[in-house]
Amino acid sequence: MSVVENTEAGRSNSAAPTPPAIQLKGISKSFGPVKANKDISMTVAKGTIHGIVGENGAGKSTLMSILYGFYKADAGEVFIHGQKVNITDSHAAIAAGIGMVHQHFMLVEPFTVLENVVMGAEEGRLLKPSLAKARATLQQLAEEFELDVDPDAIVGELSVGFQQRVEILKALYRQADILILDEPTGVLTPAEADHLFRILRNLKAQGKTIILITHKLREIMEATDSVSVMRRGEMTETIPTNTTSPADLAEKMVGRRVLLEVVKTPATPGDVVLEVKGLNVVDSQGVKKLKDVGFTLRAGEILGIAGVAGNGQSELLEVLGGFRAASSGEIRINGAPIDLSAKANAGMRRARGIGHIPEDRHRRGMVMPFMAWENIALGYHNKPEYLGKAGLHNQTAMREDARGKIERFDIRPPNENLIASNFSGGNQQKIVVAREIEANPDVLLVGQPTRGVDIGAIEFIHQQIVNLRDAGKAILLVSVELDEIQSLSDRILVMFDGVIQGERLPEDTDERELGLMMAGAGNNPANGGNP
Amino acid sequence: MNRTLPRWADIILIPLLNLALAILVAGLVVLFIGEDPLRAMTLIIQGAFTPNGIGFTLYYTTNFIFTGLAVAVAFHARLFNIGGEGQAAMAGVGVALVCLAFDWPHWSLALLAAMAGGMLFGAGWAAIPAYLQAKRGSHIVITTIMFNLIAASIINFLLVGPMQAPGSSPETRSFPDGASLPTLHDMLGVIGVNFDRHAPVNISLFVALIACVLVWLLIWKSRIGYEIRAFGHSDKAAVYAGISPLKITMIAMLISGALAGLMAINTVMGEAERLVLDAVQGAGFVGIAVALMGRNHPLGVVLAAFLFGILYQGGSELAFEMPGISREMIVVIQGLVILFTGSLENLVRIPVSKLFLRFRKGDA
Amino acid sequence: MDFMTVLQILDSAMRLSAPLLLACLAGLFSERAGIFDIGLEGKMLAGAFVAAAMSATAAMPIEQGGWGMSWGAAWVGLFFGILMSVVLSLVHGLASITLRGNQLISGVAINFFAAGTTVLIGQNWFRMGGQTPQLRGHSRFEAITLPGAESLGAVPVVGTIYEQLISGHNLLVYVALAMVPLTWWILNRTRFGLHLRAVGENPAAVDTAGLNVVRLRYSAVIICGILCGMAGAYLSLGTSAAGFLKDMTAGKGFIALAALIFAKWRPVPALGACFLFGLLDAIANRYQSLDIGLFVVPVQFMQALPYILTVVILAGFVGKAIPPKAGGEPYVKER
Repeated sequence: MSVVENTEAGRSNSAAPTPPAIQLKGISKSFGPVKANKDISMTVAKGTIHGIVGENGAGKSTLMSILYGFYKADAGEVFIHGQKVNITDSHAAIAAGIGMVHQHFMLVEPFTVLENVVMGAEEGRLLKPSLAKARATLQQLAEEFELDVDPDAIVGELSVGFQQRVEILKALYRQADILILDEPTGVLTPAEADHLFRILRNLKAQGKTIILITHKLREIMEATDSVSVMRRGEMTETIPTNTTSPADLAEKMVGRRVLLEVVKTPATPGDVVLEVKGLNVVDSQGVKKLKDVGFTLRAGEILGIAGVAGNGQSELLEVLGGFRAASSGEIRINGAPIDLSAKANAGMRRARGIGHIPEDRHRRGMVMPFMAWENIALGYHNKPEYLGKAGLHNQTAMREDARGKIERFDIRPPNENLIASNFSGGNQQKIVVAREIEANPDVLLVGQPTRGVDIGAIEFIHQQIVNLRDAGKAILLVSVELDEIQSLSDRILVMFDGVIQGERLPEDTDERELGLMMAGAGNNPANGGNP
Repeated sequence: MNRTLPRWADIILIPLLNLALAILVAGLVVLFIGEDPLRAMTLIIQGAFTPNGIGFTLYYTTNFIFTGLAVAVAFHARLFNIGGEGQAAMAGVGVALVCLAFDWPHWSLALLAAMAGGMLFGAGWAAIPAYLQAKRGSHIVITTIMFNLIAASIINFLLVGPMQAPGSSPETRSFPDGASLPTLHDMLGVIGVNFDRHAPVNISLFVALIACVLVWLLIWKSRIGYEIRAFGHSDKAAVYAGISPLKITMIAMLISGALAGLMAINTVMGEAERLVLDAVQGAGFVGIAVALMGRNHPLGVVLAAFLFGILYQGGSELAFEMPGISREMIVVIQGLVILFTGSLENLVRIPVSKLFLRFRKGDA
Repeated sequence: MDFMTVLQILDSAMRLSAPLLLACLAGLFSERAGIFDIGLEGKMLAGAFVAAAMSATAAMPIEQGGWGMSWGAAWVGLFFGILMSVVLSLVHGLASITLRGNQLISGVAINFFAAGTTVLIGQNWFRMGGQTPQLRGHSRFEAITLPGAESLGAVPVVGTIYEQLISGHNLLVYVALAMVPLTWWILNRTRFGLHLRAVGENPAAVDTAGLNVVRLRYSAVIICGILCGMAGAYLSLGTSAAGFLKDMTAGKGFIALAALIFAKWRPVPALGACFLFGLLDAIANRYQSLDIGLFVVPVQFMQALPYILTVVILAGFVGKAIPPKAGGEPYVKER
C-alpha cells in the first residue's frame, strides 16, 4: 500500500472515527469490447444512505453486481469496514455483510416467503428448525422496520411491493450491514416508494449502510446523504447531497447541459382518428388489467400516457397493436371499429393504419439475429413492393428500401447486411423508428421510445416523433419516464391499476400532481395503499 | 449471440472440428475393445466407395437427406422434431397403400402418387404434435417421441393384421411392377454408364436433391421462410409482426413431416417394393445428426447425409471384415456426432472464439 | 378372472413397474433441478449392460479370465452398472450445465451412444451377438421371501396377498418402493431438497442466495445417474432375462419420462403412474388381445397406451402438467 493511500485513509479516519463501510479502489470491468466500469473508486461512510446516479448503461448495476460478487472485476480492490475483502461470489458478499435487492427480484415464486428467506441461510440439513427460527426472526424484523409480510404466503402471489419486502427481509435475515438497492422504485407506486424510504431511514437509524441506485433524481435528493455520479462507466464525482440540486446532478450525469424541453410548436389537432370506449382486458390469470378505459386521439397531436410500469399501459398497447384480446369495449379508427377478439393480429392493425414502436425492442420490435434489412421489413414483409414471384421475396427491393431508410435516419454503421444485435441500442431503436414512421401510419403507438438509448439518439427520436405529429399523424406515447411524457405530450392521461385517473395539459400540471395521480387519485399516499 | 467468429469458421471450421472430435472418441472406443481404429476407418471408406458399395452409400444418403431436411426445416422454426422416425414409418403405410391400390401403368405416375401418399401420411403424423404444441403448449420433443412409439405399435398392428400378405411374415404383398422405380443402374444405362445393377440407389436420390433446392428457396428466399425464421428466432417479435404462431408451427411441422415421409419412396417403394416392419431403420434419428452437422442448411445437409451414407455402408462392410467391430459402430459414431455438434458445441466454440479474438487483437 | 389371476397380474405389474419407478425418480431429481433428461433410456441401457457384463465376469472362474467370486457377483454388477450410468450423467451435466448446450440434444446423443456401445462392446467381449452370458445364482438378484410369508400364505386374502404380491421380489423392487417416500422427504424436508427445487425454478435466486448452482445441478444429475443405473441393473440382474439383451430397455426410459410428466414431477404420484404403466404392460403380456365385450382391444393398443396417455396429459386435457420453470435452460450468469 502506498503512502498516499495511507494519508487518504487517515483523513477519512479523522472525519469519522469508524472506517468507511465500503471503499472501492480502481474497479474495472469489461464485457468483451465494452468497458462497463473504468477505474472506479468510491467511499461510503457507515450509517449513511449513499446514492449512485447515472443514465442507463452508465455502469451502476455492473458496479453493484461486482460488489455483490455476481460479476468478477478485472481489476481493483474492495474494502469493507476497513478490511480488504475478496468477493468472489454472492456467498462471499453475504459473509462480508452485504445484502442486495435486485432490480429484477431474485425470488423463487412457487416458494413461501419463509422458504425464500431461509434459502441459503439454513441452520442445518433439515428444514424444520430453520423455518421455525426464520419465523421468529421475521416477526421481530417486521415490528422493528415496518416490514410486515405473511411468512406463509406464496411469493408469486404477492404484489410487487411485498415481494420487494421479502427481498429486504432476505438480506436482513442474513444480518447484512450494507444493503444495496438497484432501481428499487421502478415498479412501485409513489406511495409504496414512500414506504420503502421510511424503511430505509429506519435501517439507517439502526446503523446500517445503504446504497441506492437510481436514475430518479428526486429520490436522490429526498433520501440520500451523499451521492456519486456515474457516466459512461466512470465515476465522475462524489458529493454530499445537500450541496447539489437536481439540475446540477442531471448535468453531471449527462456531461453537458440537458435540454429537458423538446423544441416543438403548439399542436394543431385535427379530426378524431382513434377512439377508445369502455375497454376492458382480463389476463390469463383472470386479473383485470384494463378497466373501462376510454379516450380519443386526434390527428396532429401527441397523447402521453403516464404511469408506473405494470398499471395497464402495456396491455393497452398490446390491444391496440393487435396481439391481445379485449374482453369488452370498442375501438374505432377513423370512425370504423376494429376487431378486438383473439382472432385479431398485428397485421390487421397495420392494414388499418396503426404503426407500433413496441416497448420491448429486444424481444418484440426486432429479431436480433436478423440483418438490418430483414428487420426493416418486419411486420411489413408482405407489402407489395417486397413481393417477388411464386411466394418469394424480392430481396433486391427489400435491401434497396433498407438502404434508403438507413440513410434518412442516419443509422450507423450504414450497412443493411449487419446483424441487428451488432448495432448500438440507439441505432437499433432508429431501425424500428424508421420502419414504423416511414410506413406512414395514421396512428403511431410509441412505447418507451428511449429505453436503453443514448442521449444523442433520444433527441433524434423525439424530434422524429414531433415531426410526425406536425405531419398530421396521431401519436399515442406510453412512457414510465415522466420527463419524457411532460416534454413530448400535448395532452397527458395518467393510468393507475388499469384505470385512467384523469387528463392534464402539460402546461397546467407538474411532476407532483402527476405523481399523486400515478399512485391512484383519491388515495392518500401517506397510508401506503398497495394495489 | 456469439458473433466473434467469421462466417467461414462458423459454418466450416467448427463443424469439422466437432466431427474430428467425434471420430477421435469413436477411435478411442475401437481402441478400447482392442481393435485398430485406423484400419477400421480405412475399411469404412473403402467399403463405401467400392463399385458395389457406392450404390448403397448413395441409397443411404438419399434417406438421410430427406430426414436431415425434415429436422432442419423444423429447427428453423425452433421446433425440435424427433419424430422423423415415426413420420417416415407412417409414410411407409401411405406409400404402400398408394402402390397397392392400382396396377400402375407407369412408374412416373406411381412415383407422383406415392410421393403424395408419403408426404400426406408423414405430414399427418407430424400434424397432431404440431397442433398440440401450438395450441396446448405440449412439448413437441416429448410428443414426437411418443408418436414414434405409437407409430411403431400401429405398424406392428397393421403388418400382423389388416395389411399382412396372406401366409407371409409381417409384411405387405409386393408392389406391382408398374410401381417399380428406375434405379441408378437403369438411368445411367441410358447414357451408356454401367452402374452396379444390384445397388438400391434409385431416382429418389434426384427427388432428394430437388427437395434440397426447394428447401433452400423456402427458408431463405420465400415469404413463408422469412416468417418461419422470424418465429424461430423470436416468437414475440413474430407475433408483433402479425405472424401467427399456430400457422407457422403447423406449416413448419407439416413440411418437416412431409420431407421425412418422402423417405419412404426410397426405402419402401424404391428398395423393398413392399412394406416391412422397421422399414425406417433409425434413419429418422440420423436426420437429427445430419441437420446438426449440416447447420440446418440444405448444402450442409447433403454433405452430412453423404458422410452418414459412407458411415452406414462402410460400417456394414467393416462388420464383415473385422468381426470384432459390429455394425452398431455406426450408431456409436452417430451418437457422438450428435453430442459433439449438438450439445457439446461450446467445447470447441469457446476456445476457437478466444483464439480468433486474440488474433484480431494482434491485428489491431 | 379369478382372484389368483388378478394377484398374478398385479405381481407381474409390480415387477414391471420397479425399473420404471427407479428411472422415473431419476428423472425427477434431474428435472426438478432444471435439467431435462431424455437420456434416461440410454443410461438405463448402459447400466444394464455393464451390470450384466461385470456380474458375469465377477462370477467367472479365474482361469476363464473372470474374478472367481463365489458370492455377491450381482453386487459387483450393480456397482459398475451405477458407475457407468453416472459417467453418462456427468457427460450430460458437462454438456448442459458447464457448456450450456442443448439438454434435449445431449439426451438424444446419449441414447444413441448407449445403444451402439452396449452392442459393440458386448459383441466384442462375449461374442454372443451382443448378449452377455446367462447369469445364474449369485450373479443375479434373487427373489426375497419376506419373513412369515410362507406361514401367512395360508391366511385367506390378506395372507395370500402378502405371500404372492408383497413378498417374493428381489431387493431392487423394495429399494424402488422405498425410494418414493425417501425422495419425498428429501425434496420437502431437507435443505438440499429446498435448494434442488429452487434451482429448477429460478437459478439466479439460488446464485444470489450464495449457493452454488453448478454444484447443485451436478448433484441432481449424479443422483439421476445412480437411480438410472439401478434401474438398468434391475433389468439385467433382477428379471427373468438373466443377462443383457440388445436394446433390452425397449422404450422403458421413455415410459419413465412419460410417467414423470403424468405425475407432474412429484414422487408419490410417480409411484401411481409407474404402477399404472407397469399394469398395462402386465396385461398386454398376459393377453394377446383383450375382449371387452363390444370389441376386441388389440395388444398393440395396450402397448401404446402409456404413450397415448402421456400425449393426452401433455395436451392438458386431464390437468395441465407444468414443468419446473427453469427446466431445459442453461443458467447464464454473465450477460
